Amino acid sequence: MFAFCDPRTVEGLAWFACYLTTGKHIAFYWSFGTVLLLLAVTAPLALAFGFAGAVAARARFLPLRLLGRTYTAMVRGVPDIVFFLFFVIALDQAIEWSLHQIRCPDWTEPIRTGLEFRVCPQAKVPPSAAPQGVHQLYGFALAVFTYALVFGAFAANVLHGAMRAVPRAQTETAEAYGMSAAQVFRRILVPQMWIYALPGLGNLWMILIKATPLLFLLGVQDIVYWARELGGMKTQAFDYPHPDWRLWYFLALLVFYLLFTKLSEIVIARITRRLSRGQATMAGEDLRRAAA
Amino acid sequence: MTRLILSAAALALLAGGALAQDVVRMGTEGAYPPYNFINDAGEVDGFERELGDELCRRAQLTCTWVVNDWDSIIPNLQSGNYDTIIAGMSITEERDKVIDFTQNYIPPAPSAYMALSPDADIAGGVIAAQVSTIQAGHVAESGATLLEFATPDETIAAVRNGEADAVFADKDYLAPIVAESGGQFVFVGEDVALGGGVGMGLRESDQELRARFDAAIQSMKDDGTLNELLIKWFGEGVATF
Repeated sequence: MFAFCDPRTVEGLAWFACYLTTGKHIAFYWSFGTVLLLLAVTAPLALAFGFAGAVAARARFLPLRLLGRTYTAMVRGVPDIVFFLFFVIALDQAIEWSLHQIRCPDWTEPIRTGLEFRVCPQAKVPPSAAPQGVHQLYGFALAVFTYALVFGAFAANVLHGAMRAVPRAQTETAEAYGMSAAQVFRRILVPQMWIYALPGLGNLWMILIKATPLLFLLGVQDIVYWARELGGMKTQAFDYPHPDWRLWYFLALLVFYLLFTKLSEIVIARITRRLSRGQATMAGEDLRRAAA
Repeated sequence: MTRLILSAAALALLAGGALAQDVVRMGTEGAYPPYNFINDAGEVDGFERELGDELCRRAQLTCTWVVNDWDSIIPNLQSGNYDTIIAGMSITEERDKVIDFTQNYIPPAPSAYMALSPDADIAGGVIAAQVSTIQAGHVAESGATLLEFATPDETIAAVRNGEADAVFADKDYLAPIVAESGGQFVFVGEDVALGGGVGMGLRESDQELRARFDAAIQSMKDDGTLNELLIKWFGEGVATF
């Protein structure tokens, strides 16, 4: 990084300046971006899954209702870590198996022999020849999908409850105005339900932040992976030998997560205030009185 | 010399056949210096990196490196996440039942106990070892209490903070740690010979790829470059071919 960085000669502060800017540390700093990106992509996707689940769960059409209820009940009932370990492997194999059926119909060797899972080279996702970056991106996409599926189930339950919490008088008035069921849903129910959903969704967001270290389990090199890798004792085989520093690296992660959740709390409090305006809730009533 | 020509001929013959895949993904742990580790630039480095690159060159394969946790390294080979394991893995009968090995590229090397004091109880005390290693299997059978960890680094930390009485691992892994500890760590008891040396692991269905790496390892044994590499990374005292 710096011109003066010769690991054999630098000492003191310069040593730290060099040590903290090695390629490995830069990868560590980038991995914070990976975590933030995961949150940024997963949160809206999970909300979309949740919304679809909630709508399905209250549908009049029985199979759709069953689908929505089964989704939330099943995913909520399985421990996250089990789901992560099982689902990602199953999804990956399902994709490759399907592609194998399409692209290699003449393949005679069995896909499963003993414990091996082997599809034809054309069905590998991503292809073996793809650069490592593509493999990482694929792993990341699988992770995003899995997170969204798990957290979507919880969000579905929260949103389902929130839709039921909107006072009946509100929708009844809309019906009296002659709105169709779809109009009532779109114009009255959805705009009003968010304030009831927010405490639950806020909680989910916090849990999602704290669940990001599970990325490490999925083979994505996240901040936990790098903290463990960088903190471990380093012998002379490395440019910058040092004793076991995992304590300091994990302390840095702890501070990061605390700051991030604190920031989230502030933002959620602001959104709650904003959404309470004009609502038929106690918080909304307080706002109205304060303004009057 | 005849053998040299023969193995070169075998290589040329094998190189003629088209392989199912053009890029071979090499799976390693990246946490076991000097065998394999992530260097300060964030790349896979160590004895096996240099060896693997040379083997791929000789076998005329394009190789990329993949890092995977030790405890899932065999399942992920079987499910096709990468094509080889080159991660200081000893050839054992138990592993040979689920995957195939090339001939060894490190001769059978001793394992050793390392502790904070020379009189540590290695027969009945608490011994740290990395999970699913031959050393962990040996400790489990020895009558001592086995304490397993996911990474080699954690086994050392467990001894340092008193959680375990000693750590049992490949002597070549422990040697630099003892040498650099300034007297804090010492070897305890006799060395133990385990396993049939270190080889590359491949899927049982990948016989063609296995044969190519096998021939490449043989050619490095024949011209002495493998011994040079062993001495470069493990020091003068290392067992050679």
